Amino acid sequence: MSNLTNTGSNTTVSSGGLPSRRNTELAMLVFAVLVPVFAYANVGLAINDELPSGMLGYGFGMVLLAGVGHLVVRRYAPYADPLLLPLATLLNGLGLVLIWRLDQSERLRQRAESLFGSFSPDAPKQLLYSAIGLALFVAILLLLKDHRVLQRYTYISMAVGLVLLVLPVFFPPVNGARIWVKLGFINLQPGEFVKIIIAVFFAGYLMVKRDALALASRRFMGLYLPRGRDLGPILVIWALSLMILVFETDLGTSLLFFGLFVIMLYVATERTSWIVFGLLLSAGGATVVATFEPHVQDRVQAWLHPFAKETIESTGSDQIAQSLWAFGSGGVLGTGWGQGNSDLIGFAANSDFILATVGEELGLTGMMAVLIIYGLIVERGVRISLAARDPFGKLLAVGLSGAFGLQVFVVAGGVMGLIPLTGMTMPFLASGGSSVLANWALIGILIRISDTARRPAPAPAPSPDAEMTQVVRP
Amino acid sequence: MNKPLRRIAIFCGLLVLALLVRTNWLQFVQADELKTDPKNRRVDIARYAQPRGNIIVDGKAVTGSTVVNGTDFKYKRTYKNGKLWSPVTGYASQRIGANQLEKLYDSFLTGDDDRLFFNRTIDMITGKPQKGGNVVTTLNAKAQKAAYDGLGDKKGAVAAINPKTGAILALANKPSYDPSTFAGISGEDGEKFKKLDDDEDQPMLNRALRQTYPPGSTFKVVTAAAGLESGDYDIDSKTDSEDPYRLPNSSTDLGNEGNNPACKNASIRVALQWSCNTVFAKMSDELGNDKMIEEAEKFGFEKDVKGGTLDPDLDTPVRPAKSIYPEDNRPQNAMAGIGQASNRATPLQMAMVASAVANDGKLMKPYMVDQLVAPNLNVVEQTKPEELSRPVSPENAQKLQSAMETVVEKGTGTSGKIPGVTVGGKTGTAQHGENNKDNPYAWFISYAKTGDGSPVAVAVVVESSDTLRSDIAGGKLAAPIAKGVMEAVLDGKH
Repeated sequence: MSNLTNTGSNTTVSSGGLPSRRNTELAMLVFAVLVPVFAYANVGLAINDELPSGMLGYGFGMVLLAGVGHLVVRRYAPYADPLLLPLATLLNGLGLVLIWRLDQSERLRQRAESLFGSFSPDAPKQLLYSAIGLALFVAILLLLKDHRVLQRYTYISMAVGLVLLVLPVFFPPVNGARIWVKLGFINLQPGEFVKIIIAVFFAGYLMVKRDALALASRRFMGLYLPRGRDLGPILVIWALSLMILVFETDLGTSLLFFGLFVIMLYVATERTSWIVFGLLLSAGGATVVATFEPHVQDRVQAWLHPFAKETIESTGSDQIAQSLWAFGSGGVLGTGWGQGNSDLIGFAANSDFILATVGEELGLTGMMAVLIIYGLIVERGVRISLAARDPFGKLLAVGLSGAFGLQVFVVAGGVMGLIPLTGMTMPFLASGGSSVLANWALIGILIRISDTARRPAPAPAPSPDAEMTQVVRP
Repeated sequence: MNKPLRRIAIFCGLLVLALLVRTNWLQFVQADELKTDPKNRRVDIARYAQPRGNIIVDGKAVTGSTVVNGTDFKYKRTYKNGKLWSPVTGYASQRIGANQLEKLYDSFLTGDDDRLFFNRTIDMITGKPQKGGNVVTTLNAKAQKAAYDGLGDKKGAVAAINPKTGAILALANKPSYDPSTFAGISGEDGEKFKKLDDDEDQPMLNRALRQTYPPGSTFKVVTAAAGLESGDYDIDSKTDSEDPYRLPNSSTDLGNEGNNPACKNASIRVALQWSCNTVFAKMSDELGNDKMIEEAEKFGFEKDVKGGTLDPDLDTPVRPAKSIYPEDNRPQNAMAGIGQASNRATPLQMAMVASAVANDGKLMKPYMVDQLVAPNLNVVEQTKPEELSRPVSPENAQKLQSAMETVVEKGTGTSGKIPGVTVGGKTGTAQHGENNKDNPYAWFISYAKTGDGSPVAVAVVVESSDTLRSDIAGGKLAAPIAKGVMEAVLDGKH
């Protein structure tokens, strides 16, 4: 036991002496607050030639968000990963600046006024959502003392997840995709929360069923094919994700949902055959859907020929072309905060396409920085999963970080024309309450798992769960 | 479970790597291409973010810029007397885009041109907004006005050249359009453009450069030049031609306008003087299609020899339409020799014919941009006159001059006469349409001469003439316009 102390490694079970790294976190948080505050000043100077009037309030808000987050982590999750909170705070802060910058756009203002008769800035709403998101984060750390408690809600989360997924079907589509639930003042995008709830369900389900899935299989052409009754759930999930795609025309959620399932299944069973299966099924499904769903066809057309006149006529929008022009015009160093024209993209400039503003105004440099920040969050997530001592925690952490990574890839790849656009939002950066709330919750759960993982082991008695993996294979 | 976890970590790393590669591809490798894509709105936004440089005629700008309250564009192009100058300037519209000089010198006018790099850098360091350079044209304001006013309310075009240098002096077009009317970005601008674009009278067609017409009898100057150059003919020797002339390999007889008895067996001088079809049709036939093509090409007519593209030597810098002397059978070649059949020429081309004769056989390359001037008034580029070809020898050119002067002195072109000035000219009335049922085009090409050569050669075409009488129509309708242009240029000389 003592030979593992002071190595700084958190990838192996260790019984104590690990530094809590809370001061590291605090130092990083200072940067995570300073960078967006300077960015905010920069936008004001570029657009109005003066420091923005909300400068103090904004700075104070950021300090408050970061400070509360830090104090709660220090008190209730002292051994948590030190990078997650600063990274999330930085992205959230930059997102606020980006949204505020797009609020200043005369083009978007005029567009909103001609379409809806009025223009309302999104930055104040986003600041409010960020505060609520952080409150949710705090609540998770306060209420969820141990992430294993979530195991109890395996089947409840499945039911809740399915209900949330199906709910938007009963509401009218917005911009071609049925992903919204509108209840009076509250507009929710349940898909954002479903990824967490479903990850909980998968983690709980797979923890129980993984031996059956991994072992009861027949060898066929070099692959281990599972039995029909074990294959059942994956086929059900696959069919469900296709149905979402068809009924809600929501490419993003179905892709995310399915990718999440394949990743967790693979980790749980350690069987490559599941990945091959998953890829084959999703390729087959996507092909079938693409042949009769015009919305999907439009997206593929826009991806393959973003500049073609026919694309703009058939999809009624030149968003992808506008986005690519924004990226190209940014070049290596970018135009500087507030000095680009990424608002030419139109209505989704501050949600789906917010990354184009980063690309144009911060350039290649800023884009690489932002992508690496996302990459770091995913990396910390997987690292937490490696460090976790219980299979449920491992599966949940890898599920959450895998979903986060997939979402970043799908959105960023979409707006950069690498893959067809799917209509999801950039976590933390994009304007939208559901997204901010869900992602703060996700960070909260990861921090809770990492705290449990890195906390010095209470007693020498080894956890029986952690030893479960040693099973003899046929 | 750790082994698959590590693989998942690698997989996520690959996803991020793919995004990093893609952003490098977009923002480094493809950046310039995307940034300068003409469909990228930023190109237009940058173009109108500062006042555009001006197009200058006789030391005065014929263009301007005005501040507008738009989301995207701060400045809008304005034109002084736009209808007069649009064949020269073209247009620069926020909504439609630009053409002609405005388009060709776009980067210079906006200040983006590499040659303005030094100016741009200075402006950047001193914190001044970027300024565009000016394009100084060779045009003569008085001649242009004379040409434009001369056309009156008739459809047509005028091109005038300085034969000694090739500098274009006038380039008028009727009906014309004012590019100011659609210089903005609004839907209204778009509608105005569309209305002009759909107009049956084609006001936006730059007839002087971009429209070809059958040149009619004015082409007889080229045929005469080919005859003289062949050595088989001389200016005052009889041509042994009958009247009427039976077209070779056919049973069609070609007569002369007004059955002028002087045309029978006339010399080149007399045949030019009375515009005898019989003489030149026969000459064209005797010289043959190849020789006629060769001579026409020397004057600037261009056959599809260079892979179907026009010889860029003729860019003014606006590219004129291709004038054609066709490869054809004998009867058609005979008709082409008098400017009919498939023979097609732009007004600029016919002005070049007159100018080559007036310049003792030396054809200068026509051009209309004299200088490019940086915002600090430094001359960045000066156009030097260039010789294009020598379609006729100096002796033969002088013989042609004397014959063309006879045309104005006592032939069909007397209405081009200017007291106290030597003027040479040739009238033309070109039949066109099926069975020639449309109104013919009235042509006049001419030059004026002073002590030290000729300062101006003009070609005028009027599309709708009200009389069918050959030659007299060209003399009556087109010659007075050419006369006005020549007088305007000569006035400046005195």
